Amino acid sequence: MLIYIAKRMWQSLILAFIMSLIVFMGMFVVGDPVEMLADEDFTEQDKIDLAIELGLDKPLYEQYFTFAGNILQGDFGVSYVHNRPVLELIIERLPATLEIALLAMFIGLSIGIPMGIYSGIKSSSKPSRLISFLTTVGYSIPNFWQALLLILVFAVFLKWLPASGRGDTNPLFGIEWSLLSIDGLRHMALPAINLAIYKICMQTRLAKSGTQEVLYQEYMTFARAKGISKQRIIRRHLLRNILIPIVTITGLEVGGLIAFSTVTETVFAWPGIGKLLLDSIHMVDRPVVVAYLILITLMFVFINFVVDVLYAILDPRIRYQK
Amino acid sequence: MPMSTIKRMSNILWHQYKTIFAHYPLALMGLVGVGLFILVALLAPWIAPQNPYDLMTLDIMDGLLPPMSKLGTGTTAWLGTDAVGRDILSTVMYGLRISLFVAFSAVIVGTILGVLLGLLAALKGGWIETIIMRAVDLKVSFPGILLALMLLAMFGTGVDKVIYALIIGTWASKARLTRSSALSEMQKEYIDAARLAGLANWRIMLRFLLPNSIAPVLVMLPMSLSGAIGAEATLSFLGVGVPITEPSLGLLIANGNDYLLSGKWWISIVPGLVLVALVLCINVVADRIREHNNPFLQPRG
Repeated sequence: MLIYIAKRMWQSLILAFIMSLIVFMGMFVVGDPVEMLADEDFTEQDKIDLAIELGLDKPLYEQYFTFAGNILQGDFGVSYVHNRPVLELIIERLPATLEIALLAMFIGLSIGIPMGIYSGIKSSSKPSRLISFLTTVGYSIPNFWQALLLILVFAVFLKWLPASGRGDTNPLFGIEWSLLSIDGLRHMALPAINLAIYKICMQTRLAKSGTQEVLYQEYMTFARAKGISKQRIIRRHLLRNILIPIVTITGLEVGGLIAFSTVTETVFAWPGIGKLLLDSIHMVDRPVVVAYLILITLMFVFINFVVDVLYAILDPRIRYQK
Repeated sequence: MPMSTIKRMSNILWHQYKTIFAHYPLALMGLVGVGLFILVALLAPWIAPQNPYDLMTLDIMDGLLPPMSKLGTGTTAWLGTDAVGRDILSTVMYGLRISLFVAFSAVIVGTILGVLLGLLAALKGGWIETIIMRAVDLKVSFPGILLALMLLAMFGTGVDKVIYALIIGTWASKARLTRSSALSEMQKEYIDAARLAGLANWRIMLRFLLPNSIAPVLVMLPMSLSGAIGAEATLSFLGVGVPITEPSLGLLIANGNDYLLSGKWWISIVPGLVLVALVLCINVVADRIREHNNPFLQPRG
């Protein structure tokens, strides 16, 4: 097991290295930082001086080492727009993103799994057909347009819920959370539902196909033959077996949620890291964009590593594979 | 191609069509819908009431009119006009054109690329396979939308850039699928026979392996297409997609977004409805095709 973990870790490190190279090259291709930073009255000599100051006169590999070295020391540079260390900006906004992502995932699981099991067991009933049609519709409506509809209906027409911002927050462990205030929850409702709709559809489908596979296994027939009550079969035999794929996919989807929150956060003006990324792209705030890309890459590499290790723990066959 | 081959091909297609869509009215409706959308997109310059990007025909006095209003020229704007007096029906027709163009190009190029790489990996093995499959792993470990955002943030925006970003989003899953089905095909005797006959590798790949291992990829195509349409719309909505001079449906929705809160809903809702209808039609067809090709979901008994 330790050997397996070490091997996966080594692979993850290589992955992180390659991604950092890609981001670095991307930066290098994108244009000339000197032109972007230079004032209009800069002479040619000033530009050369600036290039030397930024270290752009050095060979590429040396520049990459400086770039990677700074990152390893947690130095992502200073935002052009906010004039503050980038890492600070990102960490400050992370809780806002995490809390809607977690709320959305909770909503998705608690609605999706029961719906999926129901439509898997009664796959030809009318409600089950309706559910499967609704999940197709849910999949088909682009996330951002769902968001607009939610705003139009609940904020503009019905005026029930606020359409933008984070509302009041309350501190816990020194971090401000909207989850802990009524006003904050009201502000969270629409963005969380927006993120959750896709989750609900996905969990429903997963649970449904899982149920349909498990339903015809012999141990299910045996459980029925033993005369166990329906409730108990569903809880002890069905749910447990369909939960394995659901748990692993849900783990992988944490990253997906954070990625998709860029869209949701932008539409609802939710001050998380996704909105920070888009604002920074629009304002050509390059240090922030680079830092976001690097951090999100590291996060994905880490999540993949954890999922792989979990798989190996759950399924011994993987460990011994060459 | 001789006539008999064409006839045989069309027979096969007709038979396929019947077994997939007969008795499934919803899927059939989806198919008809997709056909209509493609037709409208192709014919937009001839059937749109107005060329929305010809500044001569626009009149700022016609701006922000609700649906069914009369324009200065006497024609009726059935679906209203936007801020600079463009007829929404026309902008949507032109937008559909751009959305479909981007999605089709990306999916077609991405699929060809993916299939070829998948075949290459299966046939060559060794370090070529390792590199290709590692690249696939790298790609699929990132959500598509995030990858596209990364690329567009690094390389700038534009129709061509969006297409590149979507191609990068498409190829990997195709390569993986093709490789796995090609690997199982390669166990079969006709490949050995072809090898013994002394055929070149590329010939075996294109003449034998390709037609026999492409089915699972084809089944996935409609799904990829609707995914690409949605992704393009999202990117354009976020302002990192197509330029304002060639607005797709996503950009049209973004343009109308500013007027949504003041109750001028049609600018944003109309292109949105068209987008949803388009994606829904494709997905209904895609679901049916997938279900048809999944042996586990065949009716029992």
